[in-house]
Amino acid sequence: MPISSTAPPIVRYVLIGVALIFLGLFLVVPLAAVFVEAFKKGVGAYIAAFRESDALSAIRLTLLIAAVAVPLNLVFGVAAAWAIAKFEFVGKNVLITLIDLPFSVSPVVSGLIYVLLFGLQGWLGPWLAGHDLRIIFAVPGIVLATIFVTFPFVARELIPLMQAQGTEEEQAALVLGASGWQTFRRITLPNVKWGLFYGVVLCNARAMGEFGAVSVVSGHIRGMTNTIPLHVEILYNEYHSVAAFAMASLLACLALVTLAVKSALEWRIRREQQKTAQSVEGIGT
Amino acid sequence: MSIEVRGVTKRFGNFTALDDVSVEVPSGSLVALLGPSGSGKTTLLRAIAGLETPDAGTIYFHDEDATDRPVRHRNVGFVFQHYALFRHMTIFDNIAFGLQVRKRPKEEIRERVHELLRLIQLEGVENRYPAQLSGGQRQRVALARALAARPKVLLLDEPFGALDAKVRKELRQWIRRLHDEIHVTSLFVTHDQEEALELADRVVLMHDGKVEQVGTPDEVYNRPATPFVMNFLGSVNIFHGRVRGDRLSLAAGLEADAPAHVSGEDRGVVAFVRPHDIDVDLSQKNGSSACARVKWIHPIGAVVKMELELLDDKKDIEVELTRERHETLRLSVGEIVYVTPKGLKVFVGTYSI
Repeated sequence: MPISSTAPPIVRYVLIGVALIFLGLFLVVPLAAVFVEAFKKGVGAYIAAFRESDALSAIRLTLLIAAVAVPLNLVFGVAAAWAIAKFEFVGKNVLITLIDLPFSVSPVVSGLIYVLLFGLQGWLGPWLAGHDLRIIFAVPGIVLATIFVTFPFVARELIPLMQAQGTEEEQAALVLGASGWQTFRRITLPNVKWGLFYGVVLCNARAMGEFGAVSVVSGHIRGMTNTIPLHVEILYNEYHSVAAFAMASLLACLALVTLAVKSALEWRIRREQQKTAQSVEGIGT
Repeated sequence: MSIEVRGVTKRFGNFTALDDVSVEVPSGSLVALLGPSGSGKTTLLRAIAGLETPDAGTIYFHDEDATDRPVRHRNVGFVFQHYALFRHMTIFDNIAFGLQVRKRPKEEIRERVHELLRLIQLEGVENRYPAQLSGGQRQRVALARALAARPKVLLLDEPFGALDAKVRKELRQWIRRLHDEIHVTSLFVTHDQEEALELADRVVLMHDGKVEQVGTPDEVYNRPATPFVMNFLGSVNIFHGRVRGDRLSLAAGLEADAPAHVSGEDRGVVAFVRPHDIDVDLSQKNGSSACARVKWIHPIGAVVKMELELLDDKKDIEVELTRERHETLRLSVGEIVYVTPKGLKVFVGTYSI
């Protein structure tokens, strides 16, 4: 008998109540506040906030960065997860630890690393300046910092999944005459497609929303190196509260979409499992 | 196509899974690799398939060196212990996979898959997924998938290991009939001696990474080459003793003529006798029987199993009597009887289980 049905109802209601109040205070109220503030001066003011050229440029830059960082981390994440889950090699544990590094390092520090490497006073700074290449306070720096910060999402999502599935199906495919690429495309990839999709969604949300690391390397040049989160900060500091919250509402919408996709995926996966786990009636052995 | 394994060694770290193993599998035969877990039988099977690379030795397919041939070019059918069916594909796509990756025409693939579904008696399941089938059905699908591209060799790793006893028995007979029909050279791994003896043309007995004996089921069962083979193929009773000249004297006062291959100077031997090779009488028949007390009787089945305690050295022995003999003797627990072993298998040296 499950514990929930033996506990007195009062315990259940108190627990559920505490959880709901906590959720409301720390998640729902701030989320609602974003939209309330954004529409404070009406829909017209809200839409006007996106007409501004700096705002448009921030949106464009954020999309560009996600468009570069997410595919790169998708390729890396799949490759790393495949190597870790399906092969034995020296240095595997080091690789697993390294993949987690961006999670354990403060994003500001990650940004600083790039400033130290590529900044004018940094290791490669003079050489880059000599060849007229700009990385810090320019788009390449922001892309690099974003890639670093979003590095673990896809790999972390896939490694446990692939490890649980083992290598027998791949071996079966090889014995049946499939090449390495055919095996990957027809066996490995379909088996992890939902995990992969979810990893990409998370990676994308973080790439668009990253503030700390990007703030350090961007230089906050309006219309040039400001992403949406950076632009929100500038607007807010200049008391353009409606415009700031309008931009913030974009990120909030992204978060909501991410959540919706995640729930839809989980529902779908559960349904697939139920379908395949259905009883084995019908045909005799 | 025949397979020949010559001097193959495979190590995993400090563990030697295969130690200079040589085995021949004649074309069209059904051969069992039999041994306890850890004996190297699965490693040998995987080395033949190309899923393991031997550290030393050569593997020949039809007299051609295939040691370095990549897995996908060996054209072997491999049936995994846990089926390893592609879970996201329908049964049709599972069976068709080997043909699809070879880029065969669609029409040919469709015909071949349906032909195989008929062969495994599972017509009508082609649109289902592996998780919707029972264990026995999955195993048959795995077999059909392995046979789809008409491999020259079929390798089966514990093909019945994950099935319940009744299904296992049915599938075993079915595989034997199938092999007689299609005559593909087949090699299967098993730890079940009954399975190996019933199914195979030849049995390769493995122990600690080495081949102990190769022979027909009759040979390995009735003429075991080593104490290990004798002990592994069914239950045995063990008697330690000595040979003096041409006389063999065993514990519990048993005496017999020494077999030619051990007779000679005075030396320690160990003798094995199967439970059904022991005669039980109510009275002393001749000098070579030992006195024992009946400890328990298990009268279920075609043979009556009983455990007797030798009065001389308090050792327990296992005996099987035919039902008729049991009804003539009408033994009960506690009774004193005389036992005479026949068909002793005698090996020089000591051996312990």
